[in-house]
Amino acid sequence: MSTMFAADEAKRLLDAAIRGEMPDERGRFGPFGGRYVPETLMPAFERLEAGVKEHLHEAGFQAEYRRELREWVGRPTALTYAPRLSENWGAEVWLKREDLAHTGAHKINNAIGQALLAKRLGAKRVIAETGAGQHGVASAAACARVGLPCTVYMGAVDMERQSPNVDRMHRLGAECVAVESGDKTLRAAIDEALRNWVTDPHGTYYLIGSVVGPHPYPYLVRELQAVIGEEARQQMLDQAGALPDAAFACVGGGSNAIGLFYPLLGDDVELIGVEAGGTGTGLGQNAATLATGTPGVLQGAYTIILQDDDGQVQETHSISAGLDYSGVGPEHALLQATGRVKYMSAEDDAALEALEELCAAEGILTALETSHAFAAAKEYAKENPGKKILIGNSGRGDKDMPTLTKYPARIRSHAGA
Amino acid sequence: MQAHERIGAALTAANDAGRPGLLPFITAGYPEPSEFITTLKAVAEAGDVVELGIPFSDPMADGMTIQRSSFEALRKGVSLKWIFDQLDSVQGEIDAPLVMMSYLNPLLAFGYDELAERALAAGVCGFIVPDLPFEESAELREALDARGLGLIQLVTPATPDERLRTLCEASRGFVYAVTITGITGGGASLPADLADYLDKVSGMSSIPVCAGFGIREAKDVAAVGEHANGAIVGSALVEILEKSEDPRRFLESLLG
Repeated sequence: MSTMFAADEAKRLLDAAIRGEMPDERGRFGPFGGRYVPETLMPAFERLEAGVKEHLHEAGFQAEYRRELREWVGRPTALTYAPRLSENWGAEVWLKREDLAHTGAHKINNAIGQALLAKRLGAKRVIAETGAGQHGVASAAACARVGLPCTVYMGAVDMERQSPNVDRMHRLGAECVAVESGDKTLRAAIDEALRNWVTDPHGTYYLIGSVVGPHPYPYLVRELQAVIGEEARQQMLDQAGALPDAAFACVGGGSNAIGLFYPLLGDDVELIGVEAGGTGTGLGQNAATLATGTPGVLQGAYTIILQDDDGQVQETHSISAGLDYSGVGPEHALLQATGRVKYMSAEDDAALEALEELCAAEGILTALETSHAFAAAKEYAKENPGKKILIGNSGRGDKDMPTLTKYPARIRSHAGA
Repeated sequence: MQAHERIGAALTAANDAGRPGLLPFITAGYPEPSEFITTLKAVAEAGDVVELGIPFSDPMADGMTIQRSSFEALRKGVSLKWIFDQLDSVQGEIDAPLVMMSYLNPLLAFGYDELAERALAAGVCGFIVPDLPFEESAELREALDARGLGLIQLVTPATPDERLRTLCEASRGFVYAVTITGITGGGASLPADLADYLDKVSGMSSIPVCAGFGIREAKDVAAVGEHANGAIVGSALVEILEKSEDPRRFLESLLG
């Protein structure tokens, strides 16, 4: 895809992105993005866009959002040096600890921001979709915090493999609706949330969980997640004495990756997004959208998607529910096409191994999604010894216990060895 | 006469005969690809304009009935190319103008120029694209316009007046007035203020206005017929096909 633009066009688009001029007025990141939605939702999207313009960067809203991040979410999250992982890999490894944020992942940054926005826009109820359940839990918590009822759509397959999160949503007062249509994972959950929104475009606020979907969502969610990279950038300077040589983040829809990368776009830092390689490179065996996909329109945006020659969207496979998605945020499509961010994939087995290694080396049980970033960073460290590596540790792995119990631990603690 | 004008002519002929136009919707190749042409001919004889649903993996504006039919058709190998091949094989045998209803991505994958060329050759007069708002439609509209094919705009009860005027002016063939705020095949009955809404749309449109969503029985067709030029029947007809009942008899019963 990096050959999509001539070199000067790629530079022009990237410079515009670095200057903060993406998306443009029509919600485009270069050719990607836009707003492909049913006519019934157009007035709702116009209201949302106007609301984002009015409130998002207004001083009062920002003060409220920053206070909630500090006092309720627990930000700033730590930047942790990983000495034993560094020794194992022959690198200097730093972790941005989004797993320490309230509810256990970066998702809460976006959820509380949008819940505050929904309140300001006069919404009567909130709907959300969820894959791994982290966004569902974050939305349930954020809605409880601001006092709005919340309904979460979740694929039936995901409800089974992330059952602890289903219980958490219920405890937090949200209704969790099982989606039995389509592929019964994240993509079907988004379709179902959109269908529900169409029935009540006035009173309902759709709290989307990633940098996907129609404009202005990819922009709105990026702005709310950029706090990850803003903090990490300063913490690297303060604690490590310099910016990293390379930064890694896992990519499903791509919100934690955009959050980490966006504030680093103008810096001399290699940026690497890691998708789910599943069990192999064949269509349907993975969720490596940017590696193997082609341009098309899915769920409201023109982006890179996994599809067949007839434009039918393909089902995906990943051991991690949060990466199991056939599309990707349109800004990632642009960042790949301009060559600024490199996208790789890590297979299920490599992710599981990385998860075990991190547990043993640093005492951190990371999420299966996040484990993909560790697997790719380890490979990078092998080929580039001695580098300073920053990894977006996007969430904790407690929710993955039902999956992990199927795989007996292979590594015992190094302490006794 | 350009292809898109055939749609208006068929609807006007029905109105001149003292009844609302009837626009049956079927998912192409459902329930059995081998029965596609037989089903199409049956509904084309009972209807004035036929809407052909192109199956898609992510039908986000559709309820369970049409979702099910769409997934089933895909599972049995139905594609846009297959549909065009089938239509080519019965060239000249179907009088009713055909309109294709498709989400954008299958059209994008097919390529707009080739799409317009094959559509015109196959007797298709227009397209309805539920996830393509006017603002994003310039490229497809241009390709269709070049061959006299219509891009039919949807309007809804939530559409503000100014936007309604723009959409009515841009639409070709007919204006698709969505009756309810919701997805296809919902359980909701037609809203009480339907007449005012349809009258408003008709007042702004210089081409026929057809109402769709939630039209299931003869009384719905009659109610809509007093304030619009035609009635679109989708999920209720797909349910008939699902139960292997006679689509033609069902459609005839709708006209009382």
